[in-house]
Amino acid sequence: MTQIELRGVQKWFGAVQVIKDLNLTIADNEFIVLLGQSGCGKTTTLRAVAGLETIDEGDILIDGKPVQHLKASDRDIAMVFQSFSLYPHMSVYENIAFPLRATRISKAQVDAAVREIARVLRITDLLAKKPSALSGGDMQRVAIGRALVRRPKAMLMDEPIGALDAKLREEMRAEIKRLHVKQGSTTIYVTHDQIEAMSLADRIVIMHEGVLQQVGTPEEVYRQPANLFVAQFVGSPVMNVADTTVSEQAGQVSVAVGGAEKGFAFPGELLARLNGHAGGGLKLGIRPEGVLVAREATDGFLPVEAQIIEPLGSFDIVDLKVGGEVLRARTKSGFVARAGEKVFARVDPAQAHFFDTASGKSLGVAL
Amino acid sequence: MAAVQTSGERALNRLAIVAVLVITMIFLAPIYWIVATSFKPRNLATTIPPTVVFTPEISPFVKLMTKRSQLREQPTPEEYAAAPWWERMVFDGGEKVVRDGKDQVQWSAYPSRFLNSLIIAVTSTVLAVGMGTFTAYGFSRFKVKGEGDLLFFILSTRMLPPVVVAIPMFLMYRIVGLTDTHIGLIILYTAFNLSFSVWLMKGFIDEIPKEYEEAALVDGYTRMQAFFKIVLPEAATGIAATAVFCFITAWNEYAFALMMTNRRAQTAPPFIPSQVGSGLPDWTVIAAGTFLFLLPVAFFTFLLRNHLLRGMSFGAIRK
Ligand SMILES: Nc1ncnc2c1ncn2[C@@H]1O[C@H](COP(=O)(O)OP(=O)(O)O)[C@@H](O)[C@H]1O
Ligand SMILES: [Mg+2]
Repeated sequence: MTQIELRGVQKWFGAVQVIKDLNLTIADNEFIVLLGQSGCGKTTTLRAVAGLETIDEGDILIDGKPVQHLKASDRDIAMVFQSFSLYPHMSVYENIAFPLRATRISKAQVDAAVREIARVLRITDLLAKKPSALSGGDMQRVAIGRALVRRPKAMLMDEPIGALDAKLREEMRAEIKRLHVKQGSTTIYVTHDQIEAMSLADRIVIMHEGVLQQVGTPEEVYRQPANLFVAQFVGSPVMNVADTTVSEQAGQVSVAVGGAEKGFAFPGELLARLNGHAGGGLKLGIRPEGVLVAREATDGFLPVEAQIIEPLGSFDIVDLKVGGEVLRARTKSGFVARAGEKVFARVDPAQAHFFDTASGKSLGVAL
Repeated sequence: MAAVQTSGERALNRLAIVAVLVITMIFLAPIYWIVATSFKPRNLATTIPPTVVFTPEISPFVKLMTKRSQLREQPTPEEYAAAPWWERMVFDGGEKVVRDGKDQVQWSAYPSRFLNSLIIAVTSTVLAVGMGTFTAYGFSRFKVKGEGDLLFFILSTRMLPPVVVAIPMFLMYRIVGLTDTHIGLIILYTAFNLSFSVWLMKGFIDEIPKEYEEAALVDGYTRMQAFFKIVLPEAATGIAATAVFCFITAWNEYAFALMMTNRRAQTAPPFIPSQVGSGLPDWTVIAAGTFLFLLPVAFFTFLLRNHLLRGMSFGAIRK
């Protein structure tokens, strides 16, 4: 039973503010992923929770008790570092046993715990080896074993699989998920890889330049991004964002992109939802799968030019020139035969997002 | 690789081996000279040209260890017959072993000077490396105000040639009563080696990722425990290298030892040549004293050779 809460946390490095008024509550057993670009303050946040970094303002609470003044060793939290940080002079066994040796439990209990965790992680046959003899994936298993062995209140992981190659990353991702389901512990996991975040997280916390942007389930941050940053950071290929003007002519609401004369047809209720924003300072966000493409003139579709086709195997990404903008669409592979072809496109209103240009905030329009 | 060597490469290889052999011989020549002389009879020690073939004897070592005086008259045959083998060697050299009133053989001053050297060099090395490691850890891991200036200050203590401070040091030592004391030389050598030890150890500790200790901190250890359980074992190579350098410096130091000590705390370096001056110099005894004096450093270095090699190439192979 561990709940972690950050209240108004602020952190400066000299004159640079690295964490800006961070508020976050993490529920017991929850798997939270801190997602953001490199340098946005993820590691610093994690280290502050672990007790390796002091904070300048705010509270960090574990199970309701403020811990910001406790030493790292008194917080009963485990951490897996990006660099694995296995002790080179100790065997795998000793590495895993090390956290237990800080406690008063007996040799036999240490041995039992080490062997149990080794069995769960499938590294029993590595116990006698030195870390230098291990592969990257095995090193990471050992590091996770060392973190889990004393059953800490919470588990912190800083880009634990970032240093592995792509195939191994996928494998370890599945393994971490399996472990979390099996062992169940409150976890904060840091990554800059949105796919990792989407596949692992119960909830994703997106940070940008020290500011929390959005907290939500993978589904929520994908379907209802709170602002332009989240919209473009989550999802691959990246969401199209374009300046847009919304107008009404003869009862038909249309959304024009890139200064094009004709706009895409939208349901009439859009005007009411936009709440006075129509006219200026508005951006349309649409994921490539929300841009529908037809080869023949179809009702509601506008003629556009296909500029570039990127075949990605199971689907193609086609760059469509709409007015002065480019919208990227996701199509079946080979749907548009070649670049330069004239096709017809439409924006699916149900998948459209509208943002305030000035603040970048989502207007929360869902049609 | 060897299988595909061209004849040119092979010739080059041979040349390199010859060069290494020649250089090694040049370096070993003085050591050979000392070792050979310490096993020579006295009359062969200073022949021109040098004697290379001789029957080795250990009389120089016997003489080195015992207090002797010139023989006024030859020992009687009974005296000679009653004497143990080593005393006969001294008789053969025209001297006799000095005995006290209880007929106990008197040791020479050499063993006690040797012991002084050991005590002073070992203690000052332990202190310099110990304090240096802690200091370096502090500089390496914590934000220290004026870190650069402080480190430069520490290094700057090495910039004056020792001769410059010798006289003031001597006067100060005399006032506080530290002349001719073990503690006096220990303080001096520790201070002298400390700057070196701090800088060297800082380099080594900087190379140890701080995540190692942080992992230990998170895992329930105090910083002190993390230092001893993680940092020290990881720094073992650096500590060994630093210790060898400090030990050699303290062991070989001559000038301060000569000035600051004369009897009780005198170390071997000023003692050995002082024997040159009493009576006719017996070079074989001096060589024997020098030879024994070389052994601890050789032994210490040999003991730590693996660490030393890794220590020298540290940083070069990482990253
Ligand atoms: N010890 C430090 N001293 C000064 N600046 C730091 C320190 N650690 C991190 N920073 C700065 O703080 C910002 C956030 O760093 P970090 O938390 O490591 O980001 P992330 O893990 O998201 O990549 C970066 O701009 C980084 O340069
Ligand atoms: Mg980081």
